[in-house]
Amino acid sequence: MSDATTTDDGVTRLAFGRVAPSRLPDRALRWVLTGLAVLVLALIAFFFARLYIEANPAFAEFGHFGFVFGDQWNVSAGHFGAWTLIVGTLITSAVALIIGIPIAVAAAVFLTELCPRRLRGTLGTLVELLAAVPSVVYGLWGVFVLIPKLRPAEQWFSDTFAFLPFVGGKVAGPNYFIGGLILAIMIIPIVSSISREVMATVPAENKEAALALGATRWEMIRISVLPYSRAGIAGAAMLGLGRAIGETIAVTLVIGNSPQLGHAIFDQGYTLAAVVANEFGEAASDPIHRAALIAAGLVLFVLTLLVNLAARFYVVRAERGHRIGRGERA
Amino acid sequence: MSELVPISPRRRRTDLIMRGIFAAGTMLALVPLGFIIYYLLRRGLGAWSWHFFTSDPTGRFLGDPGGIKSAIIGTILIVVLATAIAVPLGIGVALYLVEYGKRGRLANIVRYFIDVMTGVPSIVFGLFIYIVLILSGGFGGFAAWKGSVALSLLMLPVVTRSSEVVLELVPNGLREAGLALGSPRWRLIGRVILPTALPGLVTGSLLAVARAAGETAPLLFTAFAVNATTFNIGQQMNSLPIQIFNDVRQAQDRIVDRAWGGALTLVVMILLATLVARLISRRSHSA
Repeated sequence: MSDATTTDDGVTRLAFGRVAPSRLPDRALRWVLTGLAVLVLALIAFFFARLYIEANPAFAEFGHFGFVFGDQWNVSAGHFGAWTLIVGTLITSAVALIIGIPIAVAAAVFLTELCPRRLRGTLGTLVELLAAVPSVVYGLWGVFVLIPKLRPAEQWFSDTFAFLPFVGGKVAGPNYFIGGLILAIMIIPIVSSISREVMATVPAENKEAALALGATRWEMIRISVLPYSRAGIAGAAMLGLGRAIGETIAVTLVIGNSPQLGHAIFDQGYTLAAVVANEFGEAASDPIHRAALIAAGLVLFVLTLLVNLAARFYVVRAERGHRIGRGERA
Repeated sequence: MSELVPISPRRRRTDLIMRGIFAAGTMLALVPLGFIIYYLLRRGLGAWSWHFFTSDPTGRFLGDPGGIKSAIIGTILIVVLATAIAVPLGIGVALYLVEYGKRGRLANIVRYFIDVMTGVPSIVFGLFIYIVLILSGGFGGFAAWKGSVALSLLMLPVVTRSSEVVLELVPNGLREAGLALGSPRWRLIGRVILPTALPGLVTGSLLAVARAAGETAPLLFTAFAVNATTFNIGQQMNSLPIQIFNDVRQAQDRIVDRAWGGALTLVVMILLATLVARLISRRSHSA
């Protein structure tokens, strides 16, 4: 740098009279890119604030507590409580997890540990293809294929196992179970692919150690693969739950859209996302209805936020565990 | 010396049963895919015809229900505009994260919020845009470009995360070589880093496009729908997902047929985008 001199017009001359490239575009680019990043943060904060402000008439009318735990969603009476919607969302999501997670994890184990290498790529791609099907197509398929085809089986189950809680009575065409089943299909690809990624990081030493001790394949999976990837699978399940809670269009088409809380798993219901999608058109002229729908959207937003924070916690913990594991090997 | 203990029949059986369960789980995951493809082809191909692709929906309950021309054109326009917004923004944020922010505090906060955005339901993005661009007044009513903005919010985290991964893969040696030759950082980014990472950036963007093209909920509150073909992004515009969503809720068989035909068209479009993305990423990996 000692060779550099700066003339009056601000041009820096290096040794041999070369002109240093201007640093101005560099600094500008840096600030533009930083600005973009900050803009994203600002947008999210701004959206959240606006969502709350627009939902406020509903909170003012029924109270925050009253809106969330009020169990009457009655458009014609102008009374709005989101509890039946929240419960509906939780029921369908629970059904989705109960059906979807075991299948997704089984597929992940099979594809990482058991599947012949030649089939691995093809089967993995096929499972992930499920994610390429749009929500509205799942809904279409649910309405015209799944609902009519499954109804006799559901009715048989409902009659035979009527002694179980939440089972029995006449099966409605669109119902909680169908909604949950469609959601299960929709979350399988994401849960399965994240689980596969996690299982792929299990150190070969752990697996070889189990096999060397005489473990069968399943025992090796049980004692070295599953414990090692438990946190990651939990995170994947939480991400799936987040998807299930927020999924809108497919559920709207197969849930029945009834604001009364059903008594059984085969009754019609409603979810937070479905109510927003379904009633939005008619709510434009009614400020309190509109505010209530926006408030329902806000509750949905907060729910998914909490679930995703939990998911991130697990996934980050799983990743940290692996980093330590890698460190030990190095 | 102890001998090797043979695996008892009970353990052998358990092993076999568990292997069977895992294989069955995988098959079970693929059953719905098979059914969906089967019904899409059976019902959808039946609805396809020249007339189907070249006419707009008529909106009449009797007579000819019309085709899906306006919906195809609308979906393409809305998604192209959304891509034009989301891709530069997403790659810009990713460049910031990799080249400038690195592991700093601001960069980590941005990363964190991008992750949060990934989890936000699409319908909430639709509500955001409805509130900010329609309810607040000043921007007019439903319009196609607002649908594009909503979709771009959805694409942004996908583009950013995938671009970040790809940019991280650019060898540091290239950066150091560029800087050692006296190149300023902006030129390094434009001439070395972006071209090196290009195939990966394209792949990530196409995957985001595939995700956005099938979204219905955000468009419901923003672009809404009309029957006629329009190229004016300041107007309401039809789109395939919305057309299918509305057709499903009609009781008439011929309109439901149009929904199946539209669904097959949409899935084919999305699969094409995914396929191109995979081909590009495979070529860049082997190169």
